[in-house]
Amino acid sequence: MVERASRRDRPGVSRRQLLAITGAGLIGGGAPGTSARATKIATKARIVIAGAGAAGLTVASRLAARLDGARITLLDARQEHLYQPGFTLVAAGLKPVSYPLSRTAAWVPKGTEWISEAVAEIDPVSRRVTTSTGKAHDYDFLVVATGLVLDYAAIEGMSTGLIGRDGIGSVYAGPEAALKTWQQMSRFVERGGNGLFLRPETEMKCAGAPLKYAFITDDHARRKGTRQKLKLTYAAHVNALFSVPIVSEKVRMLFADRGIDVAYSHVLKAIDPGRRIAAFETPKGRVELGYDFINVVPPMRAPEAVRKSPLAWQSGPLAADGWVEVDKATLRHPRFANVFAVGDVAGVPKGKTAASVKWQAPVAVDHLVADIAGRKSDATYNGYTSCPLITRIGRAMLVEFDYENNLVQSFPGLIAPLEELWITWLMKEIALKPTYLAMLRGRA
Amino acid sequence: MKELTVSTLLAVFEEMFGFWLFWGLAALAVVVALAFLGVLMRERRIAAGRLLFAELIGIGGGIAAVWFVLFITSSGLSDIGGPIDVIVVLGIWLAGAIGALIAFYALAGLIVRHPKPRV
Repeated sequence: MVERASRRDRPGVSRRQLLAITGAGLIGGGAPGTSARATKIATKARIVIAGAGAAGLTVASRLAARLDGARITLLDARQEHLYQPGFTLVAAGLKPVSYPLSRTAAWVPKGTEWISEAVAEIDPVSRRVTTSTGKAHDYDFLVVATGLVLDYAAIEGMSTGLIGRDGIGSVYAGPEAALKTWQQMSRFVERGGNGLFLRPETEMKCAGAPLKYAFITDDHARRKGTRQKLKLTYAAHVNALFSVPIVSEKVRMLFADRGIDVAYSHVLKAIDPGRRIAAFETPKGRVELGYDFINVVPPMRAPEAVRKSPLAWQSGPLAADGWVEVDKATLRHPRFANVFAVGDVAGVPKGKTAASVKWQAPVAVDHLVADIAGRKSDATYNGYTSCPLITRIGRAMLVEFDYENNLVQSFPGLIAPLEELWITWLMKEIALKPTYLAMLRGRA
Repeated sequence: MKELTVSTLLAVFEEMFGFWLFWGLAALAVVVALAFLGVLMRERRIAAGRLLFAELIGIGGGIAAVWFVLFITSSGLSDIGGPIDVIVVLGIWLAGAIGALIAFYALAGLIVRHPKPRV
């Protein structure tokens, strides 16, 4: 992005970087249009935001701050809001199960209507969203921010009911599941055996999280003095550990250092809880691996209402799982110009993290507001996302990158991108959540 | 764009501490700083003995600040991984030390009737 380029060109350390680093650097520095504009634009536009998670609430807050008189409606049945980056800390035994939880109602901006009903159907031709009760909501603009669904059923023999039993954990399924995963992992670390870590072959949210949990398990065992009783294996879905090559190489080296084995091109297809065996699809056919602990990360797809709508990609690599087709720079739908997608459901090549939301939301909002104001927006999203990749309790690597697999540094010269640092751990532990919450309010 | 502005940082700190605690602490810092300046202006000199004691308190304050940050972040000094970490630890120590020094010096100056202004 223009700002990043100019910042990178600037020699030395700016006052802003120092402010950021001593304060709350998080999710990678600033984002486009982070402050609410002073002058509101008067409009009677009807804007429906499908989904009231991180993306939906952030978009709502930013729209409410910039528009006067717009009818903004959030559609989402979920009463609880989940701070999902906190799941890993719950699963590391560092935070209570309540840590990621809050009420959706607490984050809905003033003047925005929240209807607690799930999105059932989207008809972009009629410009209408229908909820689970059959109520129709007509719109002038639609922002799709439904998030994604965890498809546990796609793994034969797996269900969420198994999480917390017989060595099965799954950090992704929610705070309770994260806690149960911690309990299963702790038991495993005490008793020893085979630990399996993996990721799905689909697009997924926070691709660093499965890696983190392998590191955290290793660290926990070292602290307990039982590491020699464990064999840890990470099953990568392709011939790499991370989509960004330079990060993949770094993780490979760290795994080698920590004694974590890697099984490349292994995709989990089935699980047998009774025999504690996981079956993987590999280029050489089906391979069964025994486990005493497994962190199941399920395939992830767009919710059915999106998948079955005309908004989904019709062809290409993002079509199979129904992600919303958008221009990757503007987040605008190419066939329905009054539709945008933000967050996990957006069909862009990278970035299903809170950091992505922080950078995507201002871009989509700026284009939408520009449409209302009758001007053009030049805001673009470059695929920026970031991940404080925990490599042990007390240290993390700040991994920031864009669509082109470039490392993007928010703090060049200060925080080395692939270095295990305490300051990055501080960000994850104390700065990430407040920055996330400020983002929900449209203030960060 | 696009900014990590002061208002963004304030928003983050308000979420981190809660609105009232953050602004309460900020107000307390201002009050302590004003009290320190007030004592200096009233006495029109540095009280050497008190300053020495305040410096000793400051050393402890810095250590307490570092310990506090390590405690709330479930980490330890062995997690220091690079130069920036050392700088941050020193920064935290310095902030704690200066804060404790100023607070003690001001408090002692307000409580104890001490040296008269030099003529």
